[in-house]
Amino acid sequence: MPCFDDVVGEPGGGVSVYAQLVDTGAQRLRALEDLPPQEREFQQRIDAGTKIEPKDWMPEGYRKTLVRQISQHAHSEIVGQLPEANWVTRAPTLQRKAILLAKIQDEAGHGLYLYSAAETLGVSRDELLAALHAGKAKYSSIFNYPTLSWADMGAIGWLVDGSAIINQIPLCRCSYGPYARAMVRVCKEESFHARQGYDIMMALCKGSAEQRQMAQDALNRWWWPSLMMFGPSDRDSVNSAQSAQWRIKLFSNDELRQRMVDQTVPQAERLGLTIPDPALRWNEDTGHYEFGEIDWTEFHDVLKGNGPCNRERLRTRVQAYEDGAWFRDGLLAHAEKQAARRSLAA
Amino acid sequence: MSKEWPLWEIFIRSQHGLAHKHVGSLHAPDAGMAVNNARDVYTRRNEGVSIWVVRASDITSSSPGDKAPLFDPSNSKIYRHPTFFPMPDDVKNL
Repeated sequence: MPCFDDVVGEPGGGVSVYAQLVDTGAQRLRALEDLPPQEREFQQRIDAGTKIEPKDWMPEGYRKTLVRQISQHAHSEIVGQLPEANWVTRAPTLQRKAILLAKIQDEAGHGLYLYSAAETLGVSRDELLAALHAGKAKYSSIFNYPTLSWADMGAIGWLVDGSAIINQIPLCRCSYGPYARAMVRVCKEESFHARQGYDIMMALCKGSAEQRQMAQDALNRWWWPSLMMFGPSDRDSVNSAQSAQWRIKLFSNDELRQRMVDQTVPQAERLGLTIPDPALRWNEDTGHYEFGEIDWTEFHDVLKGNGPCNRERLRTRVQAYEDGAWFRDGLLAHAEKQAARRSLAA
Repeated sequence: MSKEWPLWEIFIRSQHGLAHKHVGSLHAPDAGMAVNNARDVYTRRNEGVSIWVVRASDITSSSPGDKAPLFDPSNSKIYRHPTFFPMPDDVKNL
């Protein structure tokens, strides 16, 4: 059982968005010639772009880091269902409700793909879930914020799933085969999520003054947490450098965040909404938007468990799991009884 | 903790009438539930017309260490490829 309680380790480490601050166990980055022969061969395979598959030899640090990263990613998908579940019964139309349900079902599927990928590394899904439910495993900070209005469903799809796509598209090319394949499936489905979010925002922005205000309010509340999703700058992080060398992190947190800002600002303008950042401005020379300082104290607070909804999310998650126990056990008892009958008849 | 459900590998035949292809895995108490879950997880967008489920523990696979003895011998038998035999330009339909 790998150790999960060291996620809030070195500031600025690790992989972003759905797995924040992932510890690689690396103290410093070693050059190819400093690696022991087996590990050198492994690194050369990665450098050549050959995928690593479950039965291949891998350094223990690579395996552990991937278990942490993939399981945090999986937990984020599962916990990510909860803020949206809040609005299923209150969706404005039957169609919006059906769409929201479909999106939430996708998130469960994404969790499943990812748990399966993690399981190829020698851990079981139940172990990983137990770590989540015990509060030992982390999930993305973004899901600890409340969903106060219907417009939040729009903002989440547009900004949160939008950020997830930016993070996940490069991961389709990561070095670990099962993770890369899971990401391909996730990315295909994720673009539906981002579009349905923007569609909700468009409908609101074309509506009454109150509805436009609702959309603006949602953007105001979700903008900064969405930028925080990418994690603090990791320019000087040993963990990030190690993950980059292993090709399980392909771009820096700052690069991905910049990409998110650059693509989202024009989308906000198209909606007629204002990004809640007075420092935001287009830089003609760099071809990028400049933006204001992020409140990293808030990010670390949320990650440590002190966000607005941390306790509620975990409580809901644990209750759902415990409430389903009799059903899972019942299905297994039925399966065992049927199997026993078949072997008796044979 | 209750007992864990076994792991199943899922194979889907896509719309295009191709062979069943491995798409991923899932946990289920029995084969019937594995098919139901596979439908929910792997065919939400018309990805398939048929599902196979196989208990992961029933699959025997070659190991990476066997790669050389298993697959290297075919490297030297390039005559198994049609391109090994040069054909004159004026010979048609071959």
